Amino acid sequence: MKLRREKAFNETTFLLTITITLFFAMYIAGMIVFKNNGFARLQVFLNLFISNASLIVIAAGMTVVMITGGIDISVGSFVAMSCMMLAHMMERSGYGAIHSVLIVLLTGIVFGFVQGYLVSYLKIQPFIVTLAGMFFARGMTAIISQDMISIKNPMFLSWATHKIYLPFGGYTNRKGVLVIPYIYPTVIIALIALVVIWALLRYTKFGRRIYAIGGSETSALLMGLNVRRTRLFAYILDGFLCAIGGILFCLNTCSGFVEQAKGLEMEAIAGAVIGGTLLTGGVGNVFGSLFGVLIKGTIETFITFQGTLSSWWTRITIAALLAFFIILQSLLASSKLKKRR
Amino acid sequence: MNEKLKRITHYRLFLPLICLALVLLVNMIKTPTFFHLSIKNGVLYGYTVDVVNRASELVILAVGMTLVVASSAGTDISVGAVMAVAGAVCCYILSGGAVSVNEYHAPWILGLLAALVAGTVCGAWNGFLVSRMKIQPMVATLILFTAGRGIAQLITKGQITYIRVESFKLLGANIPGIPLPTPIFIAIIVVLITSIVLKKTALGLYIEAVGINPTASRNVGIKSKQIIFFTYTFCGLLAGIAGMIATSRIYSADANNIGLNMELDAILAVALGGNSLGGGKFSISGSVIGAYTIQALTTTLYAMGVSADQIPVYKAIVVVIIVTLQSEEFNRYMRKFSARFAARKAEVAK
Repeated sequence: MKLRREKAFNETTFLLTITITLFFAMYIAGMIVFKNNGFARLQVFLNLFISNASLIVIAAGMTVVMITGGIDISVGSFVAMSCMMLAHMMERSGYGAIHSVLIVLLTGIVFGFVQGYLVSYLKIQPFIVTLAGMFFARGMTAIISQDMISIKNPMFLSWATHKIYLPFGGYTNRKGVLVIPYIYPTVIIALIALVVIWALLRYTKFGRRIYAIGGSETSALLMGLNVRRTRLFAYILDGFLCAIGGILFCLNTCSGFVEQAKGLEMEAIAGAVIGGTLLTGGVGNVFGSLFGVLIKGTIETFITFQGTLSSWWTRITIAALLAFFIILQSLLASSKLKKRR
Repeated sequence: MNEKLKRITHYRLFLPLICLALVLLVNMIKTPTFFHLSIKNGVLYGYTVDVVNRASELVILAVGMTLVVASSAGTDISVGAVMAVAGAVCCYILSGGAVSVNEYHAPWILGLLAALVAGTVCGAWNGFLVSRMKIQPMVATLILFTAGRGIAQLITKGQITYIRVESFKLLGANIPGIPLPTPIFIAIIVVLITSIVLKKTALGLYIEAVGINPTASRNVGIKSKQIIFFTYTFCGLLAGIAGMIATSRIYSADANNIGLNMELDAILAVALGGNSLGGGKFSISGSVIGAYTIQALTTTLYAMGVSADQIPVYKAIVVVIIVTLQSEEFNRYMRKFSARFAARKAEVAK
């Protein structure tokens, strides 16, 4: 038993080490290539977190689901739906900001419950269920409203634009004005959520059960774990995190429209996979996913700094990275099989 | 009587045919003009022709998807994106890189072949990942699902490439003198060739065997990996053909919209056709009926004034209902329930 655990641990750290090394290598390369454009500034680094706050939370939810051996591709559409719900409730239906946020969180839980029920109790493939969820949420967004709604609710906007200045890292720009690096509250919420999920997975019975059913469902069942309920809760947690992610996304864009957050599911899956979460389940770490998301953010920053490359390069690069890591995982798995034989 | 009823309900194509009949019935009540046909300039017009015509791409995709599902118990979700890639490649070659052209820069057949090759290569990549790398099919095809449209945009440089040549439109419209649109014939040809090859050779049997148990079939001597690889490559080729039809319809390569949401429709067609999404036994004819049913459903929704953005909601609900009905857990529960019901009834009778 102990031996096995160490092996899994080694595998995780191996993938995680590659990811973290890759991130720092890319970032340092960026600092050298774009030296004159101010890539090395602290604010550029903080912007990685600001623009990816929602993705960090969603990737954490995705990691939880993927550790159970499942997957959730409805997240991008769900984010679009929650943004649209927030926008519609605040601008068209006259709800307050706090009420709207609470309703969206509740919707996330319900959405996660329905998907989780279908996956765990009716044993339908997670991919099919969440594919249907993806189309359902995107279509629902269009049913709520087909045109774009901008949020003008003063309370919501004050949350969105509240800058938190850091006590260090300031510099004077060319005009001689002191620029202090700042972050938005979204970053703090995202990081708190990340730490909470990390602790939940590592130190609670629920967290250990999730790893157990992902590692081997039969063993978990024979150990007497309630596999179905654990899986259901994993999807509910994922739905809740998606709702938080949707709210953070909305704080970033302050609008709702049908085409929003398209392809976000891919970025979340890519983040989790690049961060060392195994597609087969049982292995994964939310901090790995954080680095996976940061790598994606770095690629985007490269493209903005470079200036001439088009936005679709991000998707192609992410897909290439994803392919690389998936193949790496598969090679690792097959080599492990050979060793066992 | 009861025996006969049971035999009918257990007939393989029972569910898909019932669904199709249901959709048509709704149409008959809601839009009485649904079955009207008229001839203008020697071309047939009408809702039914439109449904059959518009369903062509879906039928072609559903054939490929059926084989993929049967052999690997997974689905290829990249078909829509592969359609876009095929369209983009074709238009790039025919236009020579320009945004809008009025004459071909390369022979038409070259563009067609390039599109089919592009589709096949995409399918081969998926097949490689699934059969050799042992990656879950849906995750493996997720790579192209996202990258595909990016690649298509890369080829068309982010613009919509127009080919304004009459002969380019033939594949998606009517050939002069023939009353029915060309896509219908292409779909029929694809279905016929595929079913003849599957019936006349052992290939169909091999695919079913691999889908039911890959290890056992390998022990029997079937090359499981090659069979799975073949089904994905073939699915890619069919996606290329479908992409060509879709491109020809709008005589342009629109990387963002060609084949959009087609993957769900194709999966839905396979499920609706009575095929298990868990692999194994399959029925091409079921999938084809499923595909026409879905297109009829889509056209019905359009006729009722539902916008294109909202349609996925209804389709998603249909998917969930079908997979729930198919799931073993649900059936076990229902059997338990009906047994309890029968027991209570017997008790009351006493």
